[in-house]
Amino acid sequence: METGSTREYAGKKILELGAIIPNLCVVGADLNKSTFTNLFAAKYPDRFFDVGIAEQNMVNIAAGLASSGKIPIVSTFAVFGSTRPMDQLRVGVAQSNLNVKVILTHAGLITGEDGISAQSLEDISLFLSLHSFSVLVPSDAYEAQAAVELAVNTPGPFYVRLSRPAIPIINKEDIKLKHGGSNIMVEGSDISILACGYMVHHAIEASRVLKEKHGISAKVVNVYSLRPIDSEMILNCASKSRFILTVEEHFKYGGLHSLVSQIVTQNNPVKVHSVAMNNYAESGTTDELVKKYGLDSQSIVEKVLANLN
Amino acid sequence: MGFCLNINEIKELAKSIRIDILNMTSNANSGHPGGSLSSTDILAVLYGDILKYDSKNPKWEDRDRFILSKAHACPVLYAALAENGYFEKSELLTFRKLNSRLQGHAHIKTPGVEMSGGSLGQGLSFGVGVALSAKLDKKNYKTFVLLGDGELNEGQIWEAIMTAKKYKLGNLVAIVDKNGIQNDRFTHEVMDLNPLPEKWKSFGWECFEVNGHDVKSLIEVFQSINFENSKPKVIIADTIKGKGVSFMENNPDFHGKAANPDQLKQAIAEINNH
Repeated sequence: METGSTREYAGKKILELGAIIPNLCVVGADLNKSTFTNLFAAKYPDRFFDVGIAEQNMVNIAAGLASSGKIPIVSTFAVFGSTRPMDQLRVGVAQSNLNVKVILTHAGLITGEDGISAQSLEDISLFLSLHSFSVLVPSDAYEAQAAVELAVNTPGPFYVRLSRPAIPIINKEDIKLKHGGSNIMVEGSDISILACGYMVHHAIEASRVLKEKHGISAKVVNVYSLRPIDSEMILNCASKSRFILTVEEHFKYGGLHSLVSQIVTQNNPVKVHSVAMNNYAESGTTDELVKKYGLDSQSIVEKVLANLN
Repeated sequence: MGFCLNINEIKELAKSIRIDILNMTSNANSGHPGGSLSSTDILAVLYGDILKYDSKNPKWEDRDRFILSKAHACPVLYAALAENGYFEKSELLTFRKLNSRLQGHAHIKTPGVEMSGGSLGQGLSFGVGVALSAKLDKKNYKTFVLLGDGELNEGQIWEAIMTAKKYKLGNLVAIVDKNGIQNDRFTHEVMDLNPLPEKWKSFGWECFEVNGHDVKSLIEVFQSINFENSKPKVIIADTIKGKGVSFMENNPDFHGKAANPDQLKQAIAEINNH
């Protein structure tokens, strides 16, 4: 299966957008080789600012640039760009609804060997807690490029969540995303699996196994936009499924499961089960970690079967 | 653009701003008079003489930017804006009230307010972003950021100080309202900043020291700035918290407390008789 890393493809897209959007700037914090914003830095050095290992400073500098008509991208790892400058994101960006694009890499469990300090399992929840932020969680390298393009071209603050390792490509190269949209990846009639980010391809594989080995028809929806979220799609799933299963590479609370549960309970109550992280993990490879912590396709299959019986 | 008032006119402007601050905070029965009164002469000089702006076109793209990092001192900013035509003076009494544009801490919904604040330590970084933008756009406007001395406890300020030096932001002016008192106690008791000028200089900034209540000296120091050199500038203004009201001066109690009705009468009389 073809693979690509979301951070690398996003970095190439940022470089490409630099040529057509003269107001596009990047503010980085000494991780620009790893986030691939060094590509933009090499081509547009006057629009690239490396503020050193100073994430709080980075966020307010971006706010100042945005207030002067620039479109700044804030670039670092998800763990450093979310928890550390949360106050700056809240007061400095969200409360003024400034046009700042926070594009963070190395999110989630699959950052892997660096261990729990580097595994960002809270970022979606934190950015969703900032009222004016849109939140995009792309599922592969091409969708990451589309997410960057959507964020840069749509006014207002955005968070785009990217990963470290190369992950399977499941979308077409020319995919376009809609602000508040979602995509049906697999049609199905018994249950609905709503997934985001890296977990979408595991959900697709789980759906295949459920059909071929167990005769269960599982719809898979790629919920790439967590805010705004495609409520219509979720309610449609709720009305036509025995239950919904949300699948995310993030803590259970404050992410996709919480959002879907809120929408369903207020409109069309149906059980919403969850595959997500329930504790801090440890160092390990991607494959080892997703297996041990119950995020692989087999874990999704087992969760579905357990709840059907 | 701007008013280019003479010294006596600026002193009268400062008097009006002080009375506005007292009326606003007492009417709201809350707010921060102490740190507003310590900044008053600085803002009177900036809005009366130094800054280029058009109060009828607050978003004029070539305006100088004034950023209030110590956003709890917003009464002084709202008063300076109202006294200079950004909005009606009558609106000042809506300060901290429901449906008002004049929020408890500065917010960009008020015409003339450049940055939403309320959490200390963020304004100098924001100012760096604005000053970088001016350089990118080859604009001549200047960026002024007013900081509290207590605010310099925040580590982020020193991150911004290093960044301004790195990017040679000669178009950026920080002003420290050095009133010596922060929320709980005297600044030297909470976290001694001395020697403050040496700290800024060692970070590559050009440093000026001035009596923050001497209008003539303030004008001279702002006018002496050479924006052609690439060093960012800091003006350390020695001030008195609660300046102009005897029972508020150097009194930590009036950092975040308004005068009661009797105190308000006395305070306004003192300012008028000064």
